[in-house]
Amino acid sequence: MQQTEFLNVVLPFKDKLYRLAKRLLVSKEEAEDATQEILMKLWSKNNKMEGYNNVEAYAMMMTKNFCLDRLKSKQAGNLKLVHSNYKDENVSLHKQVEVIDSLGWIERIMEELPAQQKMVLQLRDVEEYEFEEIAKLLDMSATAVRVTLSRARKTVREKLVKKHNYGIK
Amino acid sequence: MELSNIEKLLEKYFEARTSVAEEEMLREYFTKEEAPEHLKEYAPMFQYFSVAKEEKFTGQVPLRPSKKRYIKWISIAAVSILIFGIYFGRSYQERKEAEYAYQETKKALSLLAANLGKGTEKVAYLKEFEETKQKIYNNN
Repeated sequence: MQQTEFLNVVLPFKDKLYRLAKRLLVSKEEAEDATQEILMKLWSKNNKMEGYNNVEAYAMMMTKNFCLDRLKSKQAGNLKLVHSNYKDENVSLHKQVEVIDSLGWIERIMEELPAQQKMVLQLRDVEEYEFEEIAKLLDMSATAVRVTLSRARKTVREKLVKKHNYGIK
Repeated sequence: MELSNIEKLLEKYFEARTSVAEEEMLREYFTKEEAPEHLKEYAPMFQYFSVAKEEKFTGQVPLRPSKKRYIKWISIAAVSILIFGIYFGRSYQERKEAEYAYQETKKALSLLAANLGKGTEKVAYLKEFEETKQKIYNNN
């Protein structure tokens, strides 16, 4: 496969990889590094890639595993501590909407969720994956995905309401 | 969309029983319309999801053409040739050494043989002497 061909295959989902990585690793730089790493790994396998019928699912799986490994390793643990009390100043993201603060809240609320819930919420509510796809990707049953998703959504709601009321009173 | 419908969808949403299409409807409702007071708190959630979907990967992917793999194979080949070279070179040298040793031994042995030949010649004289001696004895 040629370079341009490869980029065409990867182009439709490279942002999804990045967003998943960012959801898990929180820091923008780390997520970019992770995405780069994954794409380079894919490129190095590109002769075998035609054999995978779903390159996107495969790449998402790689990203998930890579990020979870990163989180597990001690080095990333230190970085995570630094980043969890660091406000992400993603200007382009925030400027688009008037309700800047509440969107930032959601992002921070999502940072506090366990990794599994983060991934399910990201894949469903942001990337709009079907339950079966999520189940396959995360190696869970579809029912477990549903339960996790419901729990994640409720937690976000609960914390949002709490913050909302705090802001008013 | 009707408010009661949205409320119903929201309820289903938190039980994770909505379909992707229904969730899309919710997102659309909360990004486009002004939600009534009691639903306002949900708005940021759905707005956030729509915004989060827009985030793009801006990093560069330094894709090197597969040249790298050539280098790997070339280096493997070079190393194996080197190892073979050393191995065969050594055995060749050993063979030469063995040949030299063989020649030397052969030389030494032939020297020995030659000297032994001389010795036996001398012994032959001795034998003749003995025989003559016996003859003389017998004659007497």
